[in-house]
Amino acid sequence: MAEVTMRIFRGNANGGEFVDYTVEAPEGQVVLDVIHTVQATLANDLAVRWNCKAGKCGSCSAEVNGKPRLMCMTRMNLFPPGEPIAVAPIKTFPLIRDLVTDVSFNFAVAKEIPAFKPRPPEADGTYRMMQVDVDRGQEFRKCIECFLCQDVCHVIRDHPENKERFFGPRFFVRLAELEMHPLDMEDRTELIRKAAGIGMCNITKCCTEVCPEDIHITDNAIIPLKERVADRYYDPFRWIFGKLTGK
Amino acid sequence: MPDYETHDYDVVVVGAGGAGLRAAIEASAQGAKTALVCKSLLGKAHTVMAEGGIAAALGNVYSEDNWQVHFRDTMRGGKMLNNWRMAELHAREAPERVHELERWGALFDRTKDGRISQRAFGGHRFDRLAHVGDRTGLEMIRTLQQHAVHKGIDVFMECTISRLLKDGDRISGAVGYWRESGSVIVFRAKAVVLATGGIGKAWKITSNSWEYTGDGHSLAHWAGADLIDMEFVQFHPTGMVWPPSVRGILVTEGVRGEGGTLTNSEGERFMFRYIPEFFRAETADTVEEADRWFQDKNNNRRTPDLLPRDEVARAINAEVKAGRGSPHGGVYLDIASRRSAEEIKRALPSMYHQFKQLADVDITTTRMEIGPTCHYMMGGVRVDADTAASTVPGLFAAGEVAGGMHGANRLGGNSLSDLLVFGRRAGLSAAEYAKSLASAPRVNPQEADAVARELAAPFERDGESPYAVQRDLQSAMQELVGIIRTQPELEEALQKIQELKERAQHAGVEGNRQYNPGWHLALDLQSLLTVSEAVTRAALERKESRGAHTRDDFPKTEPEWGKVNIAVRQGPSGTMTIQKEPLPQMPGELAALLEEKK
Amino acid sequence: MAQVETAVNAPHRLGFLATLRRDTWWVEPAAIAIGLTIFLGYLSVSAFLDGWSYEIGPYLSPAFEPKLHGVYDAWWFSPALFILWIPVGFRATCYYYRRAYYRSYLLQPPACAVGDLGRKYDGEGHFPLILQNLHRFFMYGALIFVPLLWIGAIRGFHDPDQGWGIGLGSVVLCVNAFLLMMYTFSCHSFRHFIGGGLNCFSCSAWTRARKGLWDRVSAWNVNHRLWAWSSLAWIVFTDVYIRLVANGHITDPNTWSGF
Repeated sequence: MAEVTMRIFRGNANGGEFVDYTVEAPEGQVVLDVIHTVQATLANDLAVRWNCKAGKCGSCSAEVNGKPRLMCMTRMNLFPPGEPIAVAPIKTFPLIRDLVTDVSFNFAVAKEIPAFKPRPPEADGTYRMMQVDVDRGQEFRKCIECFLCQDVCHVIRDHPENKERFFGPRFFVRLAELEMHPLDMEDRTELIRKAAGIGMCNITKCCTEVCPEDIHITDNAIIPLKERVADRYYDPFRWIFGKLTGK
Repeated sequence: MPDYETHDYDVVVVGAGGAGLRAAIEASAQGAKTALVCKSLLGKAHTVMAEGGIAAALGNVYSEDNWQVHFRDTMRGGKMLNNWRMAELHAREAPERVHELERWGALFDRTKDGRISQRAFGGHRFDRLAHVGDRTGLEMIRTLQQHAVHKGIDVFMECTISRLLKDGDRISGAVGYWRESGSVIVFRAKAVVLATGGIGKAWKITSNSWEYTGDGHSLAHWAGADLIDMEFVQFHPTGMVWPPSVRGILVTEGVRGEGGTLTNSEGERFMFRYIPEFFRAETADTVEEADRWFQDKNNNRRTPDLLPRDEVARAINAEVKAGRGSPHGGVYLDIASRRSAEEIKRALPSMYHQFKQLADVDITTTRMEIGPTCHYMMGGVRVDADTAASTVPGLFAAGEVAGGMHGANRLGGNSLSDLLVFGRRAGLSAAEYAKSLASAPRVNPQEADAVARELAAPFERDGESPYAVQRDLQSAMQELVGIIRTQPELEEALQKIQELKERAQHAGVEGNRQYNPGWHLALDLQSLLTVSEAVTRAALERKESRGAHTRDDFPKTEPEWGKVNIAVRQGPSGTMTIQKEPLPQMPGELAALLEEKK
Repeated sequence: MAQVETAVNAPHRLGFLATLRRDTWWVEPAAIAIGLTIFLGYLSVSAFLDGWSYEIGPYLSPAFEPKLHGVYDAWWFSPALFILWIPVGFRATCYYYRRAYYRSYLLQPPACAVGDLGRKYDGEGHFPLILQNLHRFFMYGALIFVPLLWIGAIRGFHDPDQGWGIGLGSVVLCVNAFLLMMYTFSCHSFRHFIGGGLNCFSCSAWTRARKGLWDRVSAWNVNHRLWAWSSLAWIVFTDVYIRLVANGHITDPNTWSGF
């Protein structure tokens, strides 16, 4: 059994500092296990969010050695032995305490997205959808809302004032899912361009890099949405073609 | 005098998993002013971890399936102890609830002709589980959450309810605290719906998260409502066993539904030796028939690997005890040799991911090591089947916190459908009840003040850490109130729970009220201890083995015990009392369904 | 929307290069900056190196495709520049190259979770970067280059004086045409054009056919970065190789005689 030193940020909106805690960490543990050990033995009041501990709920987002990660899916043997492991709260959202931040921004954005609006069902009251048509949406619906993509996105991470005009990668995934949903009839293209601010994304792909669910956020959600916006607003040929064919 | 904020609602729903969300959506749709209160962030509730699917007799894969067959499977899985009316409503209404999710945007896996696909699961006669790979719970909670967002429901996230308030004999509200700030919050409410889930955090090896501390069970108990079937705690046969830190994390039954088999250290498919008399007629007794069943369910009998969970968990337990276990004290679950790597990744993506990341095991090439893990609470608040009303006026319960639906053992997949069917019914009845009240119930300020003072108490104590108390409780429940139970062990457990109650009274916390998990745990200990005691007392009372309740000293299933529920209620002095209550009588035509040969 | 904070709490801070990362995060952007600078720098210079021969026998450097110089021999720079703006524009607005140069040149951001450069950030929402939306038009143009480059590659098997044959240069030119084709066919805009814009793949024979193509393009698209780099490196290599052969520095093994 090895000893590890966790350098955990302790503090709240008024300030704080990294505090070193040295505990035993048996083989096979993840960062969250060690945080729990610290909490149960050395710092009962260490604030941390977690639920499933299996990468399914997306609660335990933090920045481990500066990288946005789910603590429950970050194995300790990833780190060189002997060095302290720094665990900090995510940056993009206001700190509440220790490793817990106020992510209410995301719930506010969710409300701005027009609801799913299905077409009328078949005669028997149900729907037919082919697997090939739901595959894309299913990738997006793997999202566990850990908000690591929101955290790492420099548009709001380094420029908090942009939160007023940029939804963030999580919600482009949501918008892509709705826009590509085979039953949905709502048109959100204008919202994507304007309110959601897709033009602000410069596709540097950090969201995709940190996604614990391996959703190809940039390639499969954001870029296709940019192309759909271009279809509507930046492609005169398609515009004329659409006018002529009535589509 | 403590300060607190006060809110007025028609309906307050406690818990925002599948049942709570569905209840809030329905109450709000009925025009009730509705609050949804949850301990975590919205969308993180335990429903998110459900993997396999939603059981509903849609008949998309086998047109022979219908609600009667589903009803029969559910009752037999529950060893006939289920509330028949709940099982009936559940089987009848589940298909519509699933279609409703689709109308709200859910994307289920599809059949070739574009309908909702269904997969095989333990105890179900036909392929019945609507699913999305192995992340069905996530799909369900996200669909409900996204539907609820636009419905004008006020959501109170990271807010724990500590006590229900009553005006006379009826509910008048609830008191709790914001986890973020630690400040007290009071709800004046005409009706309260409990949808708080289970109690699994009382055990050491569990698939449940920190939230599962039996809050709803305890809130109801303290408010004077009946609990039933508390002795029935389901141990899921397949949880991870290695490495130690992930011990207990769930491995979906879908692995076996997709063709996975259980083997012991000798490579034997041991489940063929554990087919109980009760299921003999419907279970394959040769490997060949079991394997054929995956392709043709009409002409073959179900593989014993997919017997109900109680049977499989006991069998694994016995194999390990007999020395035929895996190196880390489990048995093997093998999908690698049964399906191609591609099929496995397609049908079980999050299992693949989970083993790869947490255990360094590639399940497309290697067997998994698995063993039983505490998973689900069959028992709970006694409710009226049609209205989900508890025995206290104004108090409703749905989902895992409600008892009766699953009897002595729940079938996989019946939980998610339970949440939807009874979540909706609870929301509907709560809204109707709230509307029917001539006057709003009164909240007694002294009562609220008293709760507020109680909440602050742990800061004034300098006793041991609440984590130590919780750890010892988990060990005691694991060792003494586990899969196999005996009278001396249960009595020892009761003794220990009494000691732990004493210790919990003195447990102190450090720091302040701002997001302080030590403090939260010190408060949660009360409900953990209450439900632990209820489980132990009920288990001690039921002197037979049935479903998830196995008594080594009473190994037989006794017909007499099949006629009663064990009810737990609060005695006049606050002590816990136990009473046998007759089961509701099933009408003849439903009973006839159960008699029919399969 | 929620109220906006413009500060950030400890332990984080705002500002250029602000990070808690302790790994060598700067290696990747630095390597990309160096690679891009070398390759793009060489190609820009190469276009003006009229005096240093870029054609011999059947081989013509692909940087000078299509073969226009016979028409305007008097120009002091490569006449190919008249149409070279198409592949140049295609790469400049390419979703992969954008990622690369936004990170490595504009430092917005230099690496993930490392503070970006500039107090204000508007992304591609305004002029001039809003013109990145024109990527698809460059893509349409680039599609024309695919057959042109293959024609060039086939011409590499045919010496004007000695007829058909094969040499190492012919193979180099084929690889070049192949990589440029893959780079074009793996383009995000092409993927959208082929089928990504559809919401229903299964609705008709036409959409099913497009879905089949889309699947293929999607598989290529996953490796768009690889195609972007390999095609860029190879065109540089091809240009250098042909010039070295044309100027007599090395000998091309081939079935012809005389070079």
